[in-house]
Amino acid sequence: MVNYQTADLDRVFSALVDPTRRAILARLEAEESLSVGELAQPFAIKLPAVMKHLDVLGQAGLITRSKHGRTVDVRLAPAPLREAADWLARYERFWSPALDRLAAFAEAEEAQARAAEAGEDGA
Amino acid sequence: MNAFTLVRRIAARPSIVFEALTTADGIAAWWGPDALPVVKAEIDPRVGGDYRVHFRTLDGGDHEAFGEILEIDPPTRLVMSWRYAFGGEPLEQGRVSRIEVDLRPIAGGVELTFNHSGLVNDASVASHTNGWTGSLDKLVGKFGEVAG
Repeated sequence: MVNYQTADLDRVFSALVDPTRRAILARLEAEESLSVGELAQPFAIKLPAVMKHLDVLGQAGLITRSKHGRTVDVRLAPAPLREAADWLARYERFWSPALDRLAAFAEAEEAQARAAEAGEDGA
Repeated sequence: MNAFTLVRRIAARPSIVFEALTTADGIAAWWGPDALPVVKAEIDPRVGGDYRVHFRTLDGGDHEAFGEILEIDPPTRLVMSWRYAFGGEPLEQGRVSRIEVDLRPIAGGVELTFNHSGLVNDASVASHTNGWTGSLDKLVGKFGEVAG
């Protein structure tokens, strides 16, 4: 597995902040390859703006572009996304079981405290 | 803010949960991603105080996390910085992130909201509470939720 550097992950996450760029990625997941013109069609923004979004996605390694005659075909490059998601998931894998143990521990302490209080009441 | 949030409902009074979060014995009882015992836990539970937790993981890892208490308001809120002294993920080396824990009384106990943020500089990442599998579909969906 490729180990992305922190700066690369920052680029991926920054690229994902924008809803237009996420929509572009979602379309590219559905279609194997789209021309820049096809990609731009559903968006209410001009072609140069779409090109700028594609530049950001390209710099983040999220898409690849290849020129065929007069058209540029855009494809999804999913590896950085997977890497970013895995990276975040590691934090959840860290904390989720820890919080389960925290809950179990606190509940055991609560049971002890209640037993002690019941004992005091009975005395 | 890039972050993820986890929520637990715990059948214990807030003071007991808060103590589990802010005492060395408490932390030693639950900290870490697996059931290996904590090697050493220290905490100075006041604003500006430090905490330090040395723990090992079943994969043979040896880790020490430390940070500073940024806010402490018993028994409702705890904020601390987090970084690794050693161990951890290679990508995190030198990074400081932020942990916020909020406790809210509910019937029969307390609702604990755990938020870990600042995981990546200058990036907005959605909360991911349902366990991302790494599929683009889910990832985009999650980001969509936050944007919406």
